[in-house]
Amino acid sequence: MKKKMGKFTEDDLKKELETKEYEYGFYTDIESETFPIGLNEGVVRAISKKKEEPEWMTEWRLEAFKHWKEMVEPEWANVHYEKPDFQAISYYSAPSTKPKYDSLDEVDPELLDTFKRLGISLDEQKKLAGVAVDIVMDSVSVATTFKKTLGEKGIIFCPISEAIKEHPELVKKYIGSVVPQRDNFYAALNSAVFSDGSFCYIPKGVRCPMELSTYFRINQAGTGQFERTLVIADEGSYVSYLEGCTAPSRDENQLHAAVVELIALDNAEIKYSTVQNWYPGGKDGKGGVFNFVTKRGICEKNAKISWTQVETGSAVTWKYPSCILKGDNSIGEFYSIAVTNNFQQADTGTKMIHLGKNTRSTIISKGVSAGQSQNSYRGLVKISPNADNARNFSQCDSLLMGNNCGAHTFPYIEAKNKTAQIEHEATTSKIGEDQIFYCNQRGINTEKAIALIVNGFSKEVLNKLPMEFAVEAQKLLEISLEGSVG
Amino acid sequence: MLQIKNLHASVEDKDILKGINLNVNAGEVHAIMGPNGSGKSTLASVISGKEEFEITRGALSFEGEDISEMDPEERAHKGVFLSFQYPVEIPGVSVTNFIKTAINENRKAKGQDDMPAAEMLKLIKEKADLLEIDRKFLSRSLNEGFSGGEKKRNEIFQMAMLEPRLAILDETDSGLDIDALKIVANGVNKLKSNDNAVILITHYQRLLDYIVPDFVHVLMDGKIVKSGTKELAYELEEKGYDWIKEELV
Repeated sequence: MKKKMGKFTEDDLKKELETKEYEYGFYTDIESETFPIGLNEGVVRAISKKKEEPEWMTEWRLEAFKHWKEMVEPEWANVHYEKPDFQAISYYSAPSTKPKYDSLDEVDPELLDTFKRLGISLDEQKKLAGVAVDIVMDSVSVATTFKKTLGEKGIIFCPISEAIKEHPELVKKYIGSVVPQRDNFYAALNSAVFSDGSFCYIPKGVRCPMELSTYFRINQAGTGQFERTLVIADEGSYVSYLEGCTAPSRDENQLHAAVVELIALDNAEIKYSTVQNWYPGGKDGKGGVFNFVTKRGICEKNAKISWTQVETGSAVTWKYPSCILKGDNSIGEFYSIAVTNNFQQADTGTKMIHLGKNTRSTIISKGVSAGQSQNSYRGLVKISPNADNARNFSQCDSLLMGNNCGAHTFPYIEAKNKTAQIEHEATTSKIGEDQIFYCNQRGINTEKAIALIVNGFSKEVLNKLPMEFAVEAQKLLEISLEGSVG
Repeated sequence: MLQIKNLHASVEDKDILKGINLNVNAGEVHAIMGPNGSGKSTLASVISGKEEFEITRGALSFEGEDISEMDPEERAHKGVFLSFQYPVEIPGVSVTNFIKTAINENRKAKGQDDMPAAEMLKLIKEKADLLEIDRKFLSRSLNEGFSGGEKKRNEIFQMAMLEPRLAILDETDSGLDIDALKIVANGVNKLKSNDNAVILITHYQRLLDYIVPDFVHVLMDGKIVKSGTKELAYELEEKGYDWIKEELV
């Protein structure tokens, strides 16, 4: 986010500091809030210093940076875009709390309309659009209440920057254990420069009493480009984690490269749900976010990881939430809806790596393409030589709207154990004029008809979302396909 | 209620309807019969507003209002209902969810709020009983894997729920065995009143034993060539359509 430093008056400064005080309870040196563009070792060190990190963390980042320098941006995905200039990006910007607008009247009415239809409260609308809020948001107290309840159970849920300082033994042990620094180009970049993110630890045998969602949503309003998330479910524990903000984000950051690591120890279960609707770019295909995410989880014995994602945003998406089924009898699941409209491009899917015996995985992928968009499913099912009796079921369904979009399926299967059972089903269908007319004849207009058909198509995945999120996700599907017909 | 004057319609520049004249008043049942390709289903599509058909000449009005340029959903809101010859499948959308959406969209068009859930449920049960529909059927995906008979019964169920002013039943009898035909006909008869009207499109006289028409029209090559009472249907059953052709020459 660019700052107009030239016009900065003392009043502005005062105002900004006040807001900061409310929200973060500390002062920041405004002069050095945003780093100059470019990336080198000095910048990596400076980020680490800025975040008051211990020496081992700085070293870890530097190691990642060393790897990244020698890596090249991958080109195998079925997407086309102009590669970002990594030296033209500023890699550190403190969460901006300076309001962009003085009142809601100045905000893009289209954006406000969307907020309204999503049922977002006025205060939250202001916060999301970056409008000055004149009353103290009660988010702080909500967050505190959550924290107290979680604290009683021994659950740690905090920004990762805080965890690095407060729980170094956990972070040190697990960070990079599932997605190593050198895993891929974007993961290496993230490891070097990650700004912040979330950390979650569920102790042995504890069932997290709530969806870790509302808290997250409030916490994530000023989210960064390079998020890092680490979730650890200790033996026999359970957590359902909700990531994302259902409000449309007009983020000016073009490049987003996040890393999420999940660790499910013996008999633990992690449900990780995402709703992603970063700015998809204009109807003409200009602008929009590049979303290059690495998400991976590891399952120990009898553990289970379930990824559910609803992806409607971003101009370019490159994302494969994966499971390493290391422990015997472990289970991996991937449920996905990816919607692309206008000129969006998505290359998304999963990897299920079966290492343990009797491991099972399920993949349900639903792609909806409209406009001129391209929607690809890319998935790998790998059965290693020791994974006796591994089973996988994959189903990839594509729904097309109109004649100018594309749906592609790239399933990769590597089975090195003869006892494996692998099933793959794929369908492609088109929303037919006959279906639309049928709905019209019953009094349902075309836009509503499409929403109905798409929701029906996505039902198996929507059903996997936590209840309150499913409702919002349905509305999102409707909104993101608006104007796709007619 | 429905007034059709000298209606010409074409699809992809091919003339299908070539001057239809038809008046349907409230309380009446009209049967439209005719050989394959005579334009029966086209007539149903044109009345309900299917886009691919273009009205090239003539007038189409409903309740005194020109509806020829109206969107199909607007016509539906005014009370035009079409029971499809080939109902489409919508995977993942249950029969209940579909009809609920349809009812509430119709209410919205009339400026009414959504129907309260309890009321909706009561209505669904009542109409399902009327058509002897199994409750389990209501939670299945719309028309997906339905037998021919189930599809047609579902069409009439929707008609019962929406209570249209004008119901056009396009080949509702095809694919029905005699028991299902009786149930469907019984349903239609119970829904019939002095305020609504029915147009039956059919090949066979069989349906007309159960839903007795006030008028029978014969459609040939895009025109109504003969009209009469239900006796005409018997005559057609016995002699086929050829004699009419000969009569015309």
